[in-house]
Amino acid sequence: MAQLAPTLDAASGVPALSGAFARPFKDVVVLTRRNLIHIAREPLQLSDVLIQPVMFTLLFVYVLGSGISLAGGGSYKEFAIAGLVALNLTTSVMGTAVGLTTDLNTGTIDRFRALPIWRAAVLVSRSVSDILSAVLCATMVLLTGLVIGWRPHTSVPEFVAGFAIALLFSYALIWATACLGMVTEGPESAQGIGLVILFPLAIVSNAMVPTAGMPAFVRAIADWNPVSAVSAATRDLFGNPNPSAASHAWPMQHPVVAGVLWSIGILAVAAPLAVHLYRGRTTD
Amino acid sequence: MVQTMIEAEGLTKRYGDTQALDGIDLAVPAGTILGVLGPNGAGKSTAVRILTTLAKPTTGWAKIAGHDVVSQAGEVRRRIGVTAQDATLDEALTGRQNLRMVAELAGLRRAAGAARATELLAQFELTDAADRAVRGYSGGMRRRLDLAASLVARPPVLFLDEPTTGLDPTSRARMWDVIRDLVGQGTTLLLTTQYLDEADALADRIVVIDHGRIIAGGTANELKAAVGGTRLEVTLTAAHDGAVAALTPLVAGRVDASADGRRLRAAVNAGVGVATAVIRALDGVGALVDDVAVHPPSLDDVFFALTGTPPATTPPATTAAASTAAAEEPGDPTGAGDTGASSGSSPGGPGAAGEDAAAPRQRTPVLAAGIPATSHADSPKGAF
Repeated sequence: MAQLAPTLDAASGVPALSGAFARPFKDVVVLTRRNLIHIAREPLQLSDVLIQPVMFTLLFVYVLGSGISLAGGGSYKEFAIAGLVALNLTTSVMGTAVGLTTDLNTGTIDRFRALPIWRAAVLVSRSVSDILSAVLCATMVLLTGLVIGWRPHTSVPEFVAGFAIALLFSYALIWATACLGMVTEGPESAQGIGLVILFPLAIVSNAMVPTAGMPAFVRAIADWNPVSAVSAATRDLFGNPNPSAASHAWPMQHPVVAGVLWSIGILAVAAPLAVHLYRGRTTD
Repeated sequence: MVQTMIEAEGLTKRYGDTQALDGIDLAVPAGTILGVLGPNGAGKSTAVRILTTLAKPTTGWAKIAGHDVVSQAGEVRRRIGVTAQDATLDEALTGRQNLRMVAELAGLRRAAGAARATELLAQFELTDAADRAVRGYSGGMRRRLDLAASLVARPPVLFLDEPTTGLDPTSRARMWDVIRDLVGQGTTLLLTTQYLDEADALADRIVVIDHGRIIAGGTANELKAAVGGTRLEVTLTAAHDGAVAALTPLVAGRVDASADGRRLRAAVNAGVGVATAVIRALDGVGALVDDVAVHPPSLDDVFFALTGTPPATTPPATTAAASTAAAEEPGDPTGAGDTGASSGSSPGGPGAAGEDAAAPRQRTPVLAAGIPATSHADSPKGAF
């Protein structure tokens, strides 16, 4: 029997604690694996990161894009792909709120809470499995782009940097959406409210349409929208046309810095807030 | 000296306007079972949630193995296993994946967790279903897996919140065996239940909770002794106006009649020929008697005496089983479901009588008075 439980303290029968960081890391790994098993069991969950990106890309490029001409010339296709990465990453983070509220509404969360695990592990593991989905999502957009003729025109490091900025932003949004999940009752309301917030966020930006033709106040919003900064930064780093460079708004002049600052700022507020809200939600 | 593994003093819990707990004191010595008995909404689950660090007390304190449930929650969580009333399993995972996940979260290494999962699956007869998603498990299988998950890290203190609610009699009996084994191995256990026979069969000590307060405590025998006297239960063929009056001189105190007037119960001072006297008195007023039972008080009687409300009905599955047994008994006057139908082997048996508040909780054959209460502990297995 003893060989079955080598980590048990023989005297007390109490599991021994390992290193201070080993435990939180292990908890996150175990719970992330659980989230991935959920996805494996219901692969249709992945439709919003596998099918939707392909669909959006084709719809925007061939339907919407056919009526848009870029101010500085260049093809809409070349312009659109970086924006589609940002747009798809923005709308797909809804999965975080839905996944978390689903967990909170089952007894499973009580099982986790009565175990000696790191308190934030449930949230962190959700953010890890969701960023893995986001990688898949962004990759699908780029693959679709490659198939229809989009190409990056810069070096590999610059391309990777563009991809990374988009994912950093996605990670920040995952935490922001986690906060939303903590304050909504169930998965349905999380999805409903998420759509109302995320869809305008993705659309009122330069992601799909150059901002030059927008009414002044909409354009001001779009120029300062983090989605615009991320789209513009990714375009620059991919070497694709970026008409927003003509805007005088600070984020459009420095899209890479703005994109990173926005992401770090959102993360710095949302991550502690999500943990705080989780604590409140799971304490009675 | 025996360590007190579960200790609480003055626990209260308020949810808005609801006083869920209103001052609970507990002390459970190592290696014993405390049965927490009470109806739905009495505060049992709230007490368990506080003791297992899932809820904070409004006032008062509690310690598990000497560790405060609020300020040392982490230490407490390393020492407890919890099986909540609602299953806490991950439906999408297989039984094995659930156990391995819990094992690793409880601090076991990967290989050790896998081995422990295999061992528990075998112990709980879930090996065949081990690699199927829990979604497809039956109620009994879920409960067993949930209990297995609570035992993964071999916790010295275990909390089972209504572990057999909703189980069929076979699963229930099996769960009881498992619980007895655990305590045999030195685990300290707090068990909540709505079922008197369960507390009677398993618990070393029982506390009765109602409206967030402990209204009685002691061993099953002490509680029964506190109610006092011997119990008389009479079932008439039909309600009779003179029946209560006819019985009153023979009993100690009041005669309680059921809503339909057919079932009467009261405390009696057991003497020679009590049943004969009862039948003669009823016959004297022209009441036809289907059944007379004279027996020591059951925990149902205790509960009734303490709270003035009837104890919980047993799970439907048990009622069904009792009905089956009843059908084999041509003389059964009610035709359905008195627990005693599963025979006198279970005098303190499940309150299967269903909705009827004052229904006799068992039918002991006439003149089968004086079955010692101590025999109860061994009876439930026989009842299945």
